[in-house]
Amino acid sequence: MDNRYVTPAAYKKSYMAFIGIGVLTLILGFVFLNPFAGAHGDNVNSTRFWAGLLQNSTYFLMIVNVALFFIVISTLAMGGWQIAFRRVNEAIASLVPIMAVLTFIILLCIILGNRSDIYHWLDKEAVAHDELLNHKKGFLNSWVFLGFSFVVLFLWSYIGKKINKLSLESDEMGPMDFDTAKKWTAKNMTWSAYYIVLYLLSVASILPWLWLMSIDPHWYSTMYSWYTFASTFVAGIALMTLFVVYFKNQGQLEFVNKEHLQDLGKFMFAFSIFWTYLWFDQFMLIWYGNIPEETVYFKPRLQGMYKGIFYLNLIINFVAPFLIFMKAAAKRNYTIVTFVSIIIIFGHWIDFYQMVMPGTVYNNPHLSWFEFGIALGFVGVIMWGVSRFASRTPMTAMNNPFLKESIIHHV
Amino acid sequence: MIKSFVVGTFEDEKVLFPAVKHVRKAGLKLHDVYTPYPVHGLDKAMGLRETSLHTAGFIYGLMGTMIAIGGMGWIFAVDWPLNFGGKPHFPLPAYIPITFELTVLLSGVGMVLTYCYLNQMMPGVKKHHFSPRATDDAFIMVIELTGKSNEEEIKKFLADNGAIEINTQVAEKGWWFGRYDREQTLYRSDEVLA
Repeated sequence: MDNRYVTPAAYKKSYMAFIGIGVLTLILGFVFLNPFAGAHGDNVNSTRFWAGLLQNSTYFLMIVNVALFFIVISTLAMGGWQIAFRRVNEAIASLVPIMAVLTFIILLCIILGNRSDIYHWLDKEAVAHDELLNHKKGFLNSWVFLGFSFVVLFLWSYIGKKINKLSLESDEMGPMDFDTAKKWTAKNMTWSAYYIVLYLLSVASILPWLWLMSIDPHWYSTMYSWYTFASTFVAGIALMTLFVVYFKNQGQLEFVNKEHLQDLGKFMFAFSIFWTYLWFDQFMLIWYGNIPEETVYFKPRLQGMYKGIFYLNLIINFVAPFLIFMKAAAKRNYTIVTFVSIIIIFGHWIDFYQMVMPGTVYNNPHLSWFEFGIALGFVGVIMWGVSRFASRTPMTAMNNPFLKESIIHHV
Repeated sequence: MIKSFVVGTFEDEKVLFPAVKHVRKAGLKLHDVYTPYPVHGLDKAMGLRETSLHTAGFIYGLMGTMIAIGGMGWIFAVDWPLNFGGKPHFPLPAYIPITFELTVLLSGVGMVLTYCYLNQMMPGVKKHHFSPRATDDAFIMVIELTGKSNEEEIKKFLADNGAIEINTQVAEKGWWFGRYDREQTLYRSDEVLA
C-alpha cells in the first residue's frame, strides 16, 4: 500500500493554532489568575485555575484512554468488525502516555502545592478536627493519591505500548498462517486481559474516587465511578468516530463503510442511554432518600448557580443523541454522525465541568476564556498526536487475522 | 386470494444471489425467498423496503410514556393528592422508572403483535410451506404467477439460473384470520400438481 497518510497543511496549522491557544491561555492564566496564591478559598481565581486544569486534563486523558479500552474489549471478545479502523484507535491510544504525563504534572502541582481548595482532605488541620475525614485518612492522603495515580498511568502507557507494538509487528509479518495467527492473537489477548483488570481497578472504581469524587470528601456515591466511566466511554467513542470520519475523508481506511459507521453510531446511542441510566440512578436515589449528607452534592447543582449546566447536561447528553440517532438512516449519515459526535464530546466535557466546579469554586463559576482555551489546547494535542502516529504507519492493519471479518461486516 | 406460485430450489447461496437480482431485472413478481438462516444482504438484493416495525415500536413506546405519566399524574396530582414523605404531588423523578417500564412493555408487546400481523402469523394458524427443505439445507425462491407472466417461461428462467428443482404450487395469499384452518383442500394441491 502506497497510500500513506500525509498530514495536510491546513490540519497542521489548525492543531498548531489550538496548541498555541492552549499555551497562551496557560500563560495568561499564570498572569491573571494568580495560581500561586494560597489555598484558603479567599482567592477564587487561583482555585479556578487549578480546577480548570484538573477538569480538562482528567477528561481528555480518560477519553483518549477509551480508544485503548475499546481495542482491548474488542480483542477479548474477538470482535472482528472494528479491525478496518483499528489503527485509528491505536493512533488515539498512542496519546495515553503524553496525556498521562500532562495529567500527572497537574495532579502533582495540586498535591504538592497543598491546594486544599481543590481537595479539602489536603488540609491537615481540618482533617484532624473532622471525624469523617479522619476515618478516611488511610485512603484519602497524598501518598495513596499520587502513588496510585502514578502506578495506573504508568501501566496504562506500558500496556498500551505493548499492544501497539504487537499490532505494528503484524505489518512486517506478512499474511499469517493459522498457527502464527493463533499465537499472535493469544499474545494480544494476554496483554488485553492484564489491561482490562487494570481498567476495572482504575477507571471503573478507584481513579474517579480519588481524582473527582474526593473534591467533595464528605460525600460519596457508589454509582460515581461507573457514571464517570460511562461519561468518558461515550465521549471516547465519539472521538474515535470523528477521527474515523476524518481519515475516511482523507482517502484512508479503504474498508470502512457505512456499516462500520452505523455500529459506531449504535455505540454512541446505546452508551448515551447507559450514561443517562447511571446518572439518573445516582440522582434519583439521593433525591428520594433526601438525607442531608447526600443531598449536599446536588444542592448547588440543582438549585444553585449550576442549575443551567445541570439541565443542559441532560439535554445534550441524553435527549439530543437519543432523538437524533434513533433512526438507522441517521447513524449511516456522515454529517449527522459527525455533528452528534461533536455534541457528545462537548456535552461530556460539560458533565466533567459540573463534577469539578461546584465543589471547588462554589458560587463563582466561570465558563469562559480559561476553560475553553485549555480545552482547545488539549484538543490540539490530540490532533497532533493522532496525525503523528498516522503519518508513520499504514492506516489499515492489513495482516490482522480478523481483517476479512471487518471487510464483510454487514449490519 | 388463491394464487399459483412457481417454486425454485437452490442449494447454494452464491447461485441464489445472482438469481434474485435477475428476477427483478426480468420483471417477474418475486413472492419471497425462504432460507434456513438469515442471509446478509438478501433483503437489499430482493429490493425490500425497510420495515416499518420500528416506527410502530416508537409509537407504542410513546403511548406507554404518555399512559404512565398521564395516569400517575392524574391519580396522584389531580384526583386524589396524597403526601408521600413531603414530596411534591407530581414527583417526576419518582415516576421515571415506572414510565420507563411501561414504555418498554408497550413497545415490546406491541411490536410482537405487529410482527405477527405483518407476517400473518398466529398460534394455531397453519402456513403453507413451499418446501420443507427451507428449514434444512436449501434456499427456496417463490415467484408469483400473475396475468402478465408465463409459467413455462418462469420455469425456464429458474432452470437457467441454477435452480435444481422446480415446481408449481397453489397457495393462499393475503389476509388470514382463520381461513387456512378451514380450507384443508389447499394443502394437497402441491402434491396433485407435482
